[in-house]
Amino acid sequence: MIYQDSKTLLKVRGLYATAKGIEILKGINLTVKSGEVHAIMGTNGSGKSTFAKVLAGHAAYEITGGTVVFKGKNLFDLAPEERARAGMFLGFQYPIEIPGVANNQFLRLAYNKAQVQRNKDELDPLEFDDLVREKMKLLKMDPEFLDRSVNEDFSGGEKKRNEILQMALLDPRLAILDETDSGLDIDAVRIVANGVNQLANRDNAIILITHYQRMLNYIVPDYVHVMESGRIVKSGGKELALELEAHGYDWVSGEQPATVGT
Amino acid sequence: MSAAIQNIVNQPYKHGFVTEIESDVAPKGLNEDTIRLISTKKNEPEWLLNFRLKAYQHWLKMEEPKWSNVKYQKIDFQAISYYSAPKSKKKLASMDEVDPELLRTFEKLGVPMQERAALAGVAVDVIFDSVSVATTYKEKLAEIGIIFCSISEAVHTHPELVKQYLGTVVPIGDNYYAALNSAVFTDGSFCFIPKGVKCPMDLSTYFRINTQDSGQFERTLIIAEEEATVSYLEGCTAPKFDTNQLHAAVVELIAHDNANIKYSTVQNWYAGDENGVGGIYNFVTKRGLAKGKNSRISWTQVETGSAITWKYPSCVLQGDNSVGEFYSVAVTNNYQQADTGTKMIHIGKNTRSTIVSKGISAGHSTNSYRGLVRIAPTAAGARNFSQCDSLLIGNQCSANTFPYIQVRNNSAKVEHEASTSKIGENQLFYFAQRGIGNEEAVSMIINGFCKDVFQQLPMEFAVEATNLLGLKLEGSVG
Repeated sequence: MIYQDSKTLLKVRGLYATAKGIEILKGINLTVKSGEVHAIMGTNGSGKSTFAKVLAGHAAYEITGGTVVFKGKNLFDLAPEERARAGMFLGFQYPIEIPGVANNQFLRLAYNKAQVQRNKDELDPLEFDDLVREKMKLLKMDPEFLDRSVNEDFSGGEKKRNEILQMALLDPRLAILDETDSGLDIDAVRIVANGVNQLANRDNAIILITHYQRMLNYIVPDYVHVMESGRIVKSGGKELALELEAHGYDWVSGEQPATVGT
Repeated sequence: MSAAIQNIVNQPYKHGFVTEIESDVAPKGLNEDTIRLISTKKNEPEWLLNFRLKAYQHWLKMEEPKWSNVKYQKIDFQAISYYSAPKSKKKLASMDEVDPELLRTFEKLGVPMQERAALAGVAVDVIFDSVSVATTYKEKLAEIGIIFCSISEAVHTHPELVKQYLGTVVPIGDNYYAALNSAVFTDGSFCFIPKGVKCPMDLSTYFRINTQDSGQFERTLIIAEEEATVSYLEGCTAPKFDTNQLHAAVVELIAHDNANIKYSTVQNWYAGDENGVGGIYNFVTKRGLAKGKNSRISWTQVETGSAITWKYPSCVLQGDNSVGEFYSVAVTNNYQQADTGTKMIHIGKNTRSTIVSKGISAGHSTNSYRGLVRIAPTAAGARNFSQCDSLLIGNQCSANTFPYIQVRNNSAKVEHEASTSKIGENQLFYFAQRGIGNEEAVSMIINGFCKDVFQQLPMEFAVEATNLLGLKLEGSVG
């Protein structure tokens, strides 16, 4: 939802980044205010996931130009875990398996890191168990996931739900969901989208990265951006996604870089 | 991440200090006179001197083993001093008589004997270099017939038991280092649990190598009679030295019918510095004989120290239905080398063994699991399950698994599972993205990896082991 008096959460200006010497991001501009839902669409290799990982601080990418201000601070001054604690959440396209580490242990540690950041009490295992079971209902998740190793032997859909569960627990200011809909059947898309919608509020913002329109039937974006070759080449309202669906990405090729909300 | 990973192991050795106590050190070198000197100093009976001399003759004819996956400079056995005892001649009746300097050493190590013994309910038979200084709880144990003392003391107080069992599980000519130990062992623990007695507390020994260049040749003998049960803890730490110190211990366990011996070790000897200079050479022979029917021998080890570890705690499953277990975590960092594992020798019918080995390598270290499962023709219905997992941190280290399986009975069932994994950049990024920094992430992954072994440790040891691993790997990922 767009609110006129909202604060700017994220301001990206002229962002360039390389991986192994190859330039992937070539001057991204984006402004996200609290309350807003942005969708970033684009073909494979257009740089969408790289953008998400650069924001979260993945070490494989080198920033070669531009600025990013998150909640008024220079994002690049913060280590990845500090970005997370400051309220930036990345829902992974391919959630990582961590054999031997129980999901409930992992979730509680992450939750307590966020609690400390918010100057709130950490929860002991019993208190946390009550909380996490409550949140799991929202996503129709079986509590037996708590005892399994993090993402190990989870199906694609289970992994994605586990991501949204973490989002629900951590209550981030900015959630970047990287192809959360990929690998999900239509029922799962609905459950996950419903979960995300319930978490969206005036004080947070969501960036949805997706190939397809279908997720946007459930999570309605305020803005849609199209990425190509490491830049945002077109921006518009939610109707832009429908046009893309109808005409394909070729339709925007060759458009000039655009900025929205500046 | 490799740069990040490299910082984790660089914590200076916490227990690196030398206690200034006058030591009574034998001249360097090994010959029959040295052995006679040790025997005389310890006022030993003739049979034990003969045992030593026979072992020495064996040793002279033997070659240093070269099959293990470790590299080190040839040891000059003539440059080692084979006897070193703190110079306090009279027997100590109470803790008050112990040299205060010695007590301070224990405190630095976090082993305040009385408090620890009282709080944890553990009887600590403290070995300081080669002579037992104090034994606590001994009288209390004696009331129920348990003998727990230094082996030198047992030689005098219970010579018939020592004579009956010494060298029966690890014969004097068993291997190069066992032969050497049999010739020159100075002290160690002796433990006898009589028929039907369940030892009411964990028995514990803290070893500490102190005098520079003094070889350590501990000898431990534990006997559990019919229906007896005992849990024994061995914890080790040593001061920091630049020259390598040889440690060649022998541990023998004997379990009679329905007896149960659990032997747990946390080993944290000086591993050398970050360039691989110095550190202990830990060449140990540990073997348990599950002699009686339904007997059980269980080894649990957490090996984090030593420049070189060469150690295969084994079980000879002789009694029908006897059980052998081996649970191991071996951590290597910097230039440490570990070649460790077990041997499960199935002789009796329906014998069962379980092997769970977890190797963690970081830095430039080499970590090998080497294990033998042998099913003899007599071992009908024998079963073994082995699981060997390796975890790598960084790109400079290596992990190897060398399983040897020999099955000579058709009804036996042997299973072996192995895995290798690596703490990856993406795992650490995932943790970081949830607000969890690298060190905590590594510690969580490692504790998860070692869970199956840590569960086997007595409670206080489990906590110690968890902390120790964190300390060992601090800075190696980041």
